[in-house]
Amino acid sequence: MSYSQKNIRNFCIIAHIDHGKSTLADRLLEYTKTISERELQNQLLDDMDLERERGITIKSHAIQMNHSFMGTTYTLNLIDTPGHVDFSYEVSRSIAACEGALLIVDAAQGIEAQTISNLYLALENDLKIIPVMNKIDLDSADIESTKDQIIDLLGCDGSEIIGASGKTGQGIEQIIDAIINKIPYPSGDSRGHLQALIFDSVYNPFRGIEAYFKIVSGSIKKNDKVKFFSTGREYHADEIGTLRLEKEPKEIINTGDVGYIISGIKNAQEVKVGDTITSCENSCKSPISGFEEVKPMVFSGIYPVDSDDYEELRSSLEKLQLNDASLTFEPESSIALGFGFRCGFLGMLHMEIIQERLEREFNMSVINTVPNVSYYASLKNKENIQINNPSDFPSVDQIEKVTEPYIKAQIITKSDFIGQVMNLCIEKRGVLTSQVYLTTNRVELSFEMPLAEIVFDFYDKLKSISKGYASFDYQADGYKSTSLVKLDIMLNGDQVDALSSLLHKKHAFTIGKKICIKLKELIPKQQFDVAIQGAIGSKIIARETVKAVRKDVTAKCYGGDITRKRKLLEKQKKGKKKMKQIGSVEIPQNAFLAVLKLND
Amino acid sequence: MSGIYVHIPFCSKACHYCDFHFSTSLNLVEGVISCIQIELKKKKHLLSNKTIKSIYFGGGTPSAIHHDFIFDILNTIKENFNLSKNIECTIEMNPDNVSPELIRKYYDNGINRVSLGVQSFRDCDLLYMNRSHDGKQAIESLEILSKSRINNLNVDLIYGYPTLDDKSWIENLKILTGFNVHHISCYCMTIEKKTALEFLIKKKKLRPLEPDTGARQFKIARDFLTRNKFTHYEISNYSIKNFKSVHNQNYWNHSNYIGVGPSAHSFVDNLRQWNINNNKKYCDQIHASKKFYQKEKLNRKNIFNEYIFMNLRSFKGLDISHCYKQLKPNEIKDFNNEIKKLENLNVLRKKNNLIYLNEKGMLISDNISSRLFLV
Ligand SMILES: Nc1nc2c(ncn2[C@@H]2O[C@H](COP(=O)(O)OP(=O)(O)O)[C@@H](O)[C@H]2O)c(=O)[nH]1
Ligand SMILES: C[S@@+](CC[C@H](N)C(=O)[O-])C[C@H]1O[C@@H](n2cnc3c(N)ncnc32)[C@H](O)[C@@H]1O
Ligand code: SF4
Ligand SMILES: [Mg+2]
Repeated sequence: MSYSQKNIRNFCIIAHIDHGKSTLADRLLEYTKTISERELQNQLLDDMDLERERGITIKSHAIQMNHSFMGTTYTLNLIDTPGHVDFSYEVSRSIAACEGALLIVDAAQGIEAQTISNLYLALENDLKIIPVMNKIDLDSADIESTKDQIIDLLGCDGSEIIGASGKTGQGIEQIIDAIINKIPYPSGDSRGHLQALIFDSVYNPFRGIEAYFKIVSGSIKKNDKVKFFSTGREYHADEIGTLRLEKEPKEIINTGDVGYIISGIKNAQEVKVGDTITSCENSCKSPISGFEEVKPMVFSGIYPVDSDDYEELRSSLEKLQLNDASLTFEPESSIALGFGFRCGFLGMLHMEIIQERLEREFNMSVINTVPNVSYYASLKNKENIQINNPSDFPSVDQIEKVTEPYIKAQIITKSDFIGQVMNLCIEKRGVLTSQVYLTTNRVELSFEMPLAEIVFDFYDKLKSISKGYASFDYQADGYKSTSLVKLDIMLNGDQVDALSSLLHKKHAFTIGKKICIKLKELIPKQQFDVAIQGAIGSKIIARETVKAVRKDVTAKCYGGDITRKRKLLEKQKKGKKKMKQIGSVEIPQNAFLAVLKLND
Repeated sequence: MSGIYVHIPFCSKACHYCDFHFSTSLNLVEGVISCIQIELKKKKHLLSNKTIKSIYFGGGTPSAIHHDFIFDILNTIKENFNLSKNIECTIEMNPDNVSPELIRKYYDNGINRVSLGVQSFRDCDLLYMNRSHDGKQAIESLEILSKSRINNLNVDLIYGYPTLDDKSWIENLKILTGFNVHHISCYCMTIEKKTALEFLIKKKKLRPLEPDTGARQFKIARDFLTRNKFTHYEISNYSIKNFKSVHNQNYWNHSNYIGVGPSAHSFVDNLRQWNINNNKKYCDQIHASKKFYQKEKLNRKNIFNEYIFMNLRSFKGLDISHCYKQLKPNEIKDFNNEIKKLENLNVLRKKNNLIYLNEKGMLISDNISSRLFLV
């Protein structure tokens, strides 16, 4: 084993959203002089605008720091992990690349759902955990209780917990010391066959995909011929290097270290997180374990508002896919909306991100249809089909059995809210599997429930019934049989396919009614009455009417009124331009997502 | 067809619904009037080689200030502009200001048209609106004006508010048409932002407007007046033959006009200007020779949109070939599509390359305009 391998520390930070991961990372970079204060933009590791706004790390990144300790220079690789449940597979691969983890707990919030789920991932990977209690500068910090929770959770000694503040910089030195002294250096045979774990990738418009990896054994040299295990594709290592604030090209990267490779790959699909890089000449026998193909969990149609923009939408989605391999899309058409794409997402947040990026980065005005999960149906004629779209739903008399995806969900909340949370989950067809008190007033509830139920208004409801004191996490958990119906919506008698949704029989009636009421709110008055009907099969279950505009005319029209009125009407026209005309009815974009915004 | 609008920003009492610029304190009258005269001289060049066809004293309530102020302004206008021989010279009056003497003085000084703000003949309505006069004064003022030498009289009425039922509305129209009036403006009550009316309704101190009354009473007025020799020539305006308001048509035809006084608007060669709507600031800026207005140059789309908006409102018809001339080829396609849709919705009709709104269309003319807009 080389001397330098012993001086490498690979670690990640695991924390629930907003507990201060990004802020603390900034402090570490500052402390190790990896960046000067001047360079430090707040929360440096979140570099997409959108991430900055949402305060969550969507795509993982890695950064290398150097630090001298007792005369030895250490290489510290911080591997950042995405902070949202939609990206849990990526989190698991980032964690797999590390030997240690900082477990950050906000001293004012205590342990929350993602603290726990990510901790389990870390423990499964035998990571050394360094507990950090963050935000101790806050008046609202409850240091004793948070400490107890951490001790309970880890079975550690209270003296091991580092009190820190990403805001004031308190505790940063201790954290660095602990990283160096407590986290083991990476094992791995530096003379073995090359095995490198891809834990992330980024699209660079000039140079193609940059894959980020950790070398598990062997080494990689510039100009090596390498092979990606799962795809079997071979590439030339045009450039390799380590990740500082900027990329730093290197001739060789050795066992245990973290780096990037650029090899002219143009398509993100070829670079799969969790895949193994090996050398063409001296290939390893087996890949690093734990690789999975990520599969989209939620599907929705995306259509251009202006049907002339179809090709532009395709090319925008293709560009998005270059740096987001988990986005899938294929052409579909709708009678109401024309040509568009059925897109697959990892979850609801992922869907919102894509939608926002289309608007912001590509200036595309799009309509999203109601999302649904992917179902399977066995038909009487022994055929098995996958249903990613309400229009795929076969007629009821053909169906033998339908199955839907389930999840295991963990919710951590104050014990005061147990009743409400249970009621919500049961209403959402959940089954309680365990109830564990973390402290006297914090409890972890585990449920098995259908994924479809969290696609709709679950998060918002959970938040509101728990007054914000509930955190949530989930993992996929196979398929179970279900009883599904298709709800259709008709406007002035014409069925609008893009407004159809797949619902569990139990909810179909009430949701159908609510959808019609919501649509009545969202569809503006037209020059004629608009009848909104909800139907299951041939049965009408709800009906609402948007009354026609009766009067819309300016009374007095003096000199000044003309300009004022003109500006107002110009604004109205701009709004109308964004609407979709279906038959003679104009429908605003957000109406297609009405089902996600139902009132009680 | 150029015009001059003079804004007299004073009233004796604030009507609940009104969002025009005015003050109920008369202590700045002298200052404002002298600044208006200064402003007229400053704006003289804008209409230097034009003949003025209309002068309009509006407000506010021009009849609420001493008549000599009005005549001073008229003199300044005469000295600085070329006036047409058959100029229309209008003054807005409130019924409580009308007297035979005042009318005679107005007439002797060149005012030949009066626009009288009656709104209603019923005290309960006038109370709802917080008008400065009662029904009796409204009748008396009309009697005085009928006997006067003013031979061009407009009366403003307002409909569509909760104290006025349909029967009473017809009654108001009957009383009015019993007099010798040449022009009637019927305005539907509008709740403007930040008015007392908006506030009092929100606080439930005044009854709210009912949704369908406006449309119904619009039709009532249209039926009644068109059967009584009035022509409906613009959404809110009716006249007997040859008595359309020159002043209003100036606005609607995009003719040039200058507006003087606080809050007044001007429109000259596609440039709109609007003055500060504060009496004190207006005077201070004029005296300091500083900027007392904002301006905006209309672009092709703005001009087109205003053309659409105003021509649909006035019933001489929207000239399609004129529209085409202002449109680019791809815009013509969209324009034609919209027209076709609107025809199918039965809100307008085409005749000899002109587009007219039918009654249903009139009631939603803002909505229709905006559909035809370029944005
Ligand atoms: N008072 C205080 N606020 C902090 C501290 N660390 C982070 N924050 C704030 O907490 C919020 C979430 O921090 P962030 O680093 O984005 O959390 P992340 O979601 O875990 O990456 C931000 O508003 C930070 O400014 C701290 O130590 N003390
Ligand atoms: C600016 S006022 C000036 C005339 C004069 N001061 C008067 O009140 O009779 C012109 C007319 O606009 C109408 N008006 C003003 N505000 C209105 C509103 N909010 N709704 C409907 N009509 C209104 C009234 O009929 C008023 O007579
Ligand atoms: S309606 Fe006429 S009188 Fe009443 S406040 Fe407005 S301008 Fe003055
Ligand atoms: Mg963050």
